[in-house]
Amino acid sequence: MNADIKTREYTTVSEVSGPLMVVEGVEGVAYNEIVEIEAPTGEHRRGQVLEVKDDVAVVQVFEGTTDLNTLNTKVRFTGETAKIGVSKDMMGRIFDGTGKPIDGGPEIIPEKELDINGNPMNPASREFPAEFIQTGISTIDGMNTLVRGQKLPIFSGSGLPHNDLAAQIARQAKVVGSDDDFAVIFAAMGITHEEANFFMRDFERTGALEKVTVFMNLADDPAIERILTPKMALTTAEYMAFELGMHVLVILTDLSNYCEALREISAARDEVPGRRGYPGYMYTDLAGIYERAGRIAGKEGSITQMPILVMPQDDITHPIPDLTGYITEGQIVLSRDIHRKGIYPPVDVLPSLSRLMSGGIGDDKTRDDHSGVSDQLYSAYAEGRNLRDLVAVVGEDALTERDQSFLAFAQAFEDEFITQAKDEDRSIVETLDLGWKLLTILPKTELKRVKDEFIEKYYPE
Amino acid sequence: MINEGNIIKIAGPVIVADGMRGTQMYEVVRVGEAKLIGEIIELEGDTATIQVYEETAGVKPGEKVESTGGPLSVELGPGVMGSIFDGIQRPLEVIKGISGDYIARGIDVDSIDKEKKWTFEPIAKVGDKVVGGDVLGQVQETSAVLQKIMVPPMIEGTIKSIAAKAEYTVLETIAEIETDEGIKEVQMLQKWPVRKGRPYKEKLDPDIPLITGQRAQDTFFCLAKGGAAAIPGPFGSGKTVTQQQLAKWADADIVVYIGCGERGNEMTEVLTEFPFLTDPKTGNPIMDRTVLIANTSNMPVAAREACVYTGITIAEYFRDQGYDVALMADSTSRWAEAMREISGRLEEMPGEEGYPAYLASRLAQFYERAGRVITLGQDPKESSVTVVGAVSPPGGDLSEPVTQNTLRICKVFWALDASLADKRHFPSINWLQSYSLYVESITNWWQENASEEWRANRDQAMVLLQKESELEEIVQLVGPDALPDSEQVVLETTRMLREDFLQQNAYDDVDTYCSPAKQAGMLATILKFHEAASAAVERGADVKEIAALTVKEDIARMKYVPEDEFEARVKEIQEKVVTQCAEV
Repeated sequence: MNADIKTREYTTVSEVSGPLMVVEGVEGVAYNEIVEIEAPTGEHRRGQVLEVKDDVAVVQVFEGTTDLNTLNTKVRFTGETAKIGVSKDMMGRIFDGTGKPIDGGPEIIPEKELDINGNPMNPASREFPAEFIQTGISTIDGMNTLVRGQKLPIFSGSGLPHNDLAAQIARQAKVVGSDDDFAVIFAAMGITHEEANFFMRDFERTGALEKVTVFMNLADDPAIERILTPKMALTTAEYMAFELGMHVLVILTDLSNYCEALREISAARDEVPGRRGYPGYMYTDLAGIYERAGRIAGKEGSITQMPILVMPQDDITHPIPDLTGYITEGQIVLSRDIHRKGIYPPVDVLPSLSRLMSGGIGDDKTRDDHSGVSDQLYSAYAEGRNLRDLVAVVGEDALTERDQSFLAFAQAFEDEFITQAKDEDRSIVETLDLGWKLLTILPKTELKRVKDEFIEKYYPE
Repeated sequence: MINEGNIIKIAGPVIVADGMRGTQMYEVVRVGEAKLIGEIIELEGDTATIQVYEETAGVKPGEKVESTGGPLSVELGPGVMGSIFDGIQRPLEVIKGISGDYIARGIDVDSIDKEKKWTFEPIAKVGDKVVGGDVLGQVQETSAVLQKIMVPPMIEGTIKSIAAKAEYTVLETIAEIETDEGIKEVQMLQKWPVRKGRPYKEKLDPDIPLITGQRAQDTFFCLAKGGAAAIPGPFGSGKTVTQQQLAKWADADIVVYIGCGERGNEMTEVLTEFPFLTDPKTGNPIMDRTVLIANTSNMPVAAREACVYTGITIAEYFRDQGYDVALMADSTSRWAEAMREISGRLEEMPGEEGYPAYLASRLAQFYERAGRVITLGQDPKESSVTVVGAVSPPGGDLSEPVTQNTLRICKVFWALDASLADKRHFPSINWLQSYSLYVESITNWWQENASEEWRANRDQAMVLLQKESELEEIVQLVGPDALPDSEQVVLETTRMLREDFLQQNAYDDVDTYCSPAKQAGMLATILKFHEAASAAVERGADVKEIAALTVKEDIARMKYVPEDEFEARVKEIQEKVVTQCAEV
């Protein structure tokens, strides 16, 4: 056996295939252990053990398998699972997808080494998220309210302005009546240089950069590295939130690229594929990312997640958005139709949802009429949209007066409520008052979702 | 016999060990130095395949596997109620005490507190002949639950001694029973393997409805005690709220709520909300009659596979004491996916969409553990386990294997509809797709307990709703005004049925629960409006005027009338309906 037991270094690579490498004759190798690889060119790479059987280990190589051979590639098993050294000094810094600084600054001196896989949060330790986050965007604050500790993804399509929206949220997010700022952790997976530059410029322009920690895996970085990026970001987030007591907003983009990387590894391992070739454990894997959002009872900080994913062909039933929607607490859906009308942000409120909304709104949090107004706007807009189909067939004149008012409402809703400028930061009171203003378009008797007392209190005269 | 083997392969939650000859299928083992909990799922010669209930990162080939000698079992006895467990019945509160806010690996904790003393009150006497299922005594476990301490199934004999009323731990012997095989000591604690249904004497027909206080379910698509219902729905269709409403309001004595592969925050919501909710019948906190099992989506996948069995075994234990138990499983799709994931790791030949070929039989076995039964024992009781299983069809596609195999077994189908949810029609139960096969068998109950006209009214409302969907198609083409007046009245009525009856606000203090009497009253009022309006139109009255009647407003607000004022108010409204329609 060509191996030095002490350092556990081997040159017994027997197979290289896709992102995977098989090493034979190994001893004492642990599942999920990190390995260091020295390519014949002398270049160093890292990998992770995916499977061990007797003395054979299957290793996934993060930086790609180009140049590796079965003759003299050196593999050293570190005996440790993937870890990241975390510190408060990570704020304002930029790292690559595997956690190495790439902004030319000094190495981080870690205050703690943490396993990037984390452990599942005990459901009995969680605190139910119920603090309203004001994003300044009416369609979100008014109708799909985000709360601290929630995971609320943006479902988008290629060519839609999800990056602008994410940047705007990162910039504007605040908790009303509190001075606490959000620390932002931005994890990019497989996005282009251009997109990355957009975010970096935006953070710089608004002076936000010092409270942002960036993990950057770009489109031309090895796909396999993407598997690590969100876990690095979330482990850092957990440290900042629950040990340093900060409120952390984690933006992950683009989860579709992450899932592609999962599929790539799964295919290389000859696993039985699930829907559309994605591995059967993708739900569990995604849950391991999304479920790391939350609050812990008795602890100061929180992790709020806003993952962005681009739906292939705008198809919400595609496995990636589908499985995501089953784990996250709602979704903000961007619509191509609304975008084509030139409306920004093109949020389609009908399929959008925030599951934690009811806990974060109301009397002491936003305003007592919030829930009623939101429901009324939803149902009226839904009805107005339905009527548009009818108008296409019978013409507007064939509609009753009541129906025509709904049609007018839907139009005004899109023009005034959904539409806002990229730097427009509406307070929740402004959003709700705007909602009331639009509701006056409808006959008063149609306001069935709002309690009478609120109609009396807020109906604009 | 305690075996010890060695790990030879690790792949995610599945490991293979050799030297395991002599272990049994489904035996629990402790894996590796971290002593992770696992279960044997395949035996071949010397090797055993083990599914591990905890994260396996860092486990190495060559580490030891110890067998424990028994299958995966739950501990039953005082201390179960009001707890929150993970998928293999480890109490999460205790785990929190040991490992903090995150769940570390290899934690070995008692399922129920072995030290706590409970006041045992004997009922049986020395010299009594007893069989399995007979009650030896009782323990007031929580304000809501009086636990009966039973003779374990399979034991039969004469009581030689029984403990006096005093405080005991669950491990202290409370009775000695002289059997043919010698004297058996009985403790309050019973163990039962989760994959085996607890025995009963006889299964009964389900002819008593499980009243949930939810109008769409109770009036239109009722569930019977001991029945099984499926709630399939795409995400965002309100599945979880619907389940939680049932857990809160269903008239069951005991609720077992399984969060299987679902969101952590959702379980927290249940945990923080239930202790403050009071049972509408007894005034006790709902938590006092609830057992929660939380295996969230990021907790290990093998424990997710086990959690539904853990839950239903606990449910059966309370059923055997004579209680009506409702079990909610949210979601069975996650359970099926856990099976698929493990099957994939075992490299089994996949069936449809990668699910294992035994998916259908596993689902059937699970749902068949529901039922209304006559319990064991000489003083048999009628009791039930009702199962409500949520299904999360990928992409909302109901033709996928989990939904289809579930529908073959369940008699009640509550189809949640995303397009209704988009319109904020909640609960988003689609009235055209849903069905219940229990309507026949429970009609008697409703007519005796709520209203003589219940069945006729229900059927008429269904016919009207069906008619509406046909008319909708015409309206799409030609507009509503082209319809004859009588059909426009139908549309008026069905709009009321949809908005004022089927829609129910779970977050409104009054509307969240609607008693059978109120349900019957509301339905009767809407149909009275239909009758009066139809008569008026026949006389030649203008539909527009009918549509403008102020009584419609009263009908819309009917759901917010508190139960105690309802009877008087509904009479008033019905009279108003008659007079206003007559004046048109």
